[in-house]
Amino acid sequence: MSNFTVGIVVFPGSNCDRDILWALEGCLGIKTKFIWHESSDISEFDSIVLPGGFSYGDYLRCGAVARFSPLINSLIDFVKTGRRVIGICNGFQILTESGFLPGALTTNKSLDFICKDSELEIITSKGNWFNSSNNKINLPIAHGEGRYFCDEDTFKELSDNDLIALRYISNPNGSSYDIAGIINKNGNVLGLMPHPERACDNTIGGNDGLFTLKSLIESQ
Amino acid sequence: MNQFEAKVSIRLRPSVLDPAGEAIKSAASKLGVEGINSLRIGKLIEVNLEAKEEKEAKEKIELLSDRLFANKVIEDFDYDLKEINE
Repeated sequence: MSNFTVGIVVFPGSNCDRDILWALEGCLGIKTKFIWHESSDISEFDSIVLPGGFSYGDYLRCGAVARFSPLINSLIDFVKTGRRVIGICNGFQILTESGFLPGALTTNKSLDFICKDSELEIITSKGNWFNSSNNKINLPIAHGEGRYFCDEDTFKELSDNDLIALRYISNPNGSSYDIAGIINKNGNVLGLMPHPERACDNTIGGNDGLFTLKSLIESQ
Repeated sequence: MNQFEAKVSIRLRPSVLDPAGEAIKSAASKLGVEGINSLRIGKLIEVNLEAKEEKEAKEKIELLSDRLFANKVIEDFDYDLKEINE
């Protein structure tokens, strides 16, 4: 565990990369390293975080340009090894745009940029991303384009395979089926709109995000 | 090589809510324009490109539209393509 290194990907426009570093190193004592998105060698990392922000200024669609970076290409093989990847907010948008996770994220129903705490229900225990002794957690959200969209067939596939990670108790953005986060079939890739890295210390409002970030160094 | 001009239209699929379109629709009625049943916002991308022939230009535009310009989960696209004689 002491040699475990989490890679934090930095795109032009990422802005939660340092928050992730603070949460992982400062709150959990986990070694991290920033990786510029042009890097294609990510073999030294044990798990990867795609942070929030506005990669490439959200031009065209959120995550649409970032998905063509060399690093995302390398992520295909990385994911196949079973190592963990978490995409938070813009990172989730990149994971759907690049096909690691199904569905898409688009403009909030209200058109507002929503920045507040959100109460979430933990749906799956697959992948051990969340503390199964809790049914509900509180994590902050901060997005203008966080409305998860999937059609009925995709929803059925997500439900049948137990791939829905989190659901909003009170849907803030119009997401299909109240979905706030999903995982891939192997359970090693998690994408979510809420920010666990902003809920890692009680002095800033809660620590419900600690378990999820700590799971980056745990086996499934 | 021949020169081509493509105009690619990208639209949200009918099943996907367009909140920005709804906001513009509401502004249209405030302007006093009545009778608007539906208003949806899309994108127009204009591309000038080189290709040996129309078939190749078409293939390039379709690849770009399918993989980059539109997200097929939520969007559809169509395009007009013409050769430009300079």
